[in-house]
Amino acid sequence: MKQARKGKVVRYNKWGYIFLIPFVVVYLMFSLIPLISTVYNSFFENYRSGLTQVGPHFVGFENFKTILTNGDLLTYTKNTLIMWIMGFIPQIILSLLLGSWFSDPSLRLKGQRFFKTVIYLPNLIMASAFSMLFFTLFSDGGPINSMLMQYFGMAAPFKFMSNVWSVRSLVAFMNMIMWFGNTTILLMAGMMGIDTSLFEAAQVDGATATQVFWQITLPLLRPILVYVMITSLIGGLQMFDVPQILTNGTGDPMRSSMTLIMYLNKHLYSKNYGMGGALSVFLFIITGVLSLIVYRFSNKKE
Amino acid sequence: MKKKALGILLTVAMTATMLAGCGNNTDTPSTPDNSTPAESTPANNGGEDEGNGGDVVTDEGKVLNIYCWNEEFKSRLEDHYPGYEKVDATHGTIGDVSVVWNITPSDDNAYQNNLDETLLKQADAAADDKIDLFLVEADYALKYVDTDYTMAIADLGITSSDIANQYKYTQDIVTDSKGVLKGLSWQGCPGVLFYNREAALEVFGTDVPEEVQAYVKDWDTFNASAADLAAAGYHVVSSVNDTYRVYSNNVSSPWVVGGKINIDANIEKWVEDSKALVDAGFAGTHDLWSDDWSAGFYPEGKVFAYFGPAWLINFCMADGEEGSIATAGGWGATEGPQGFFWGGTWICAATGTDNPTLVKDIMLQLTTNEAIMTDIVVADDDFVNNKPAMEAMAESDYSSRILGGQNPLGMYCAGVNGLDLSNLSAYDQACTEEFQHAMRNYFEGNATYEEALELFYKGVEEKHPELTH
Repeated sequence: MKQARKGKVVRYNKWGYIFLIPFVVVYLMFSLIPLISTVYNSFFENYRSGLTQVGPHFVGFENFKTILTNGDLLTYTKNTLIMWIMGFIPQIILSLLLGSWFSDPSLRLKGQRFFKTVIYLPNLIMASAFSMLFFTLFSDGGPINSMLMQYFGMAAPFKFMSNVWSVRSLVAFMNMIMWFGNTTILLMAGMMGIDTSLFEAAQVDGATATQVFWQITLPLLRPILVYVMITSLIGGLQMFDVPQILTNGTGDPMRSSMTLIMYLNKHLYSKNYGMGGALSVFLFIITGVLSLIVYRFSNKKE
Repeated sequence: MKKKALGILLTVAMTATMLAGCGNNTDTPSTPDNSTPAESTPANNGGEDEGNGGDVVTDEGKVLNIYCWNEEFKSRLEDHYPGYEKVDATHGTIGDVSVVWNITPSDDNAYQNNLDETLLKQADAAADDKIDLFLVEADYALKYVDTDYTMAIADLGITSSDIANQYKYTQDIVTDSKGVLKGLSWQGCPGVLFYNREAALEVFGTDVPEEVQAYVKDWDTFNASAADLAAAGYHVVSSVNDTYRVYSNNVSSPWVVGGKINIDANIEKWVEDSKALVDAGFAGTHDLWSDDWSAGFYPEGKVFAYFGPAWLINFCMADGEEGSIATAGGWGATEGPQGFFWGGTWICAATGTDNPTLVKDIMLQLTTNEAIMTDIVVADDDFVNNKPAMEAMAESDYSSRILGGQNPLGMYCAGVNGLDLSNLSAYDQACTEEFQHAMRNYFEGNATYEEALELFYKGVEEKHPELTH
């Protein structure tokens, strides 16, 4: 009897592995092998100019050296992080606020489902369509400029696309609008998981709403916050479609809104797998390091 | 019930937003720089009785694969090639050969990427999958012509006497570094200056082309007139990129010399003149084909002039749109400060084609058959690549409605004779795009000239890593 049961356990294990196969196969094919081949490619000079294929020639660390010495990597990392932070800070504040309102039963908010759906809607629009819309809205002869001139008495249109900070702000704003719904729902889930007796106890002790938020909600929300921070950071470092479409791939003015992935895309014009590979390896390292920092920083009290 | 209604409302809102998103994305009108825009043209079945194209009987391939980036060539073939039967949007037949159109827009280089991949696999492809015929533009013609992927015209059996009536410059563009001619074009694209007659009348007191020419006869006069136009609220040109081709076609050295990027003195002059125009507020800095750029197609846009060849005025300048200057016949044409050309489409035969006879016939019918070519002028307002025919029509009573009844052909004929194409390079497209874009930063005050130049070098070297500066 005992023997038979033991056999069953082993067989269950087997099923576990069988169920893992699809994931492992997909992971190997679409993640691990491309990852390794990217690293492999980064050691070669391999591009096409016109219809002429150059390479692949093994060049060792030459591509890495080029990227490090021309200073582009630093510029574009900085651009990416600036635009991410400009979008993420208002996004997290808004999400925390909305999340705490939605999850607070004492407020008795009406039409919660409606608002939850509405704030999530921007995320369903394609990013490229969204930035195309903004491009049209904020063009020199677009509706925003004609409004500014008509109602606010501006003499000439403001060139939104020719000013470093207006372009960056637009990118940040679009990312914020697109992602705050998602973040709100994640944070709300975290907040609703907090034991309500803690809130009641705080209220009995005479804590104000602000105190409850800072002393109870936020500390207990930390695991979710860390998750939100890291996923958003990784998403932010891979920022591409919004600035690409908004600036027509140029990252203007003077590439001040060019992100790392837009730069990577520039190398794909000439099918430059060597430089592209090397840049991707750097991107991998940067993402890893930054994620580690965020993780450590958010968990340091434990 | 309430919940259900709300649910339906939200679903509708969501779907609508999604669809709106899609619409927004696909409708984006972005015609890339220097392409000849697609536009359906009035049907014309003239030329039905000429040539023997209708009954080309061969034992060659049964599928003719054509690679192009818009509908222009397709409509030319549909309307003017004898024996072409339209099947659907991307298929047709000529005799017992079925024609397959592979149309990829030029946006983001998609056309060339697609063409490159297919050409590189051409040798291994099945006979019916091989590209038979593809189109190229002037800016990147050499990229294809200067390789073995394109067939020499002579190898198709077309002799130099067949094409003697064509303009020399159209052949220079598609002649490879060894002097072999590898493509033909049915159109000529000498550019002129199209001016807004109303603005000319208001500012210069005349809208007669010869008299307006006095105000734009060279760059100094042109820039001085810009001030007068500005006083009346007009931009002399919509964007400084409008004048780019006029300068860049009159250079004395190519963009790349011995693997090094080279900036010609005339290009520097464009930067200098343009900076002055922008700083004085006489012209904008919009990208070509953007909405801000094309605002001047309407009277409210307050733009005095656009530089362009025949296809610009007929296909691009909002002809037929209510309220546009073109619809009202309000444009005039004059030579402008310097002669230039812009764009144009060349037909090339791909090496390995299994339909050489048909490709040869298409080339001959469209680029040498005078009856078909004059039909194209009448039906599509194009300027065709046939010197005697054009010179005859320049003398005729042909008139263009958009140009207020003016016959511009004489001007095109004069312009085409002065074209010098000895300074083309295979890098022209990358250099032109990157230069205009980099200099915009300088014009708008976001960079110094040196910084903008660095950006230009960086952009070109990303596209062509083998170049240096």
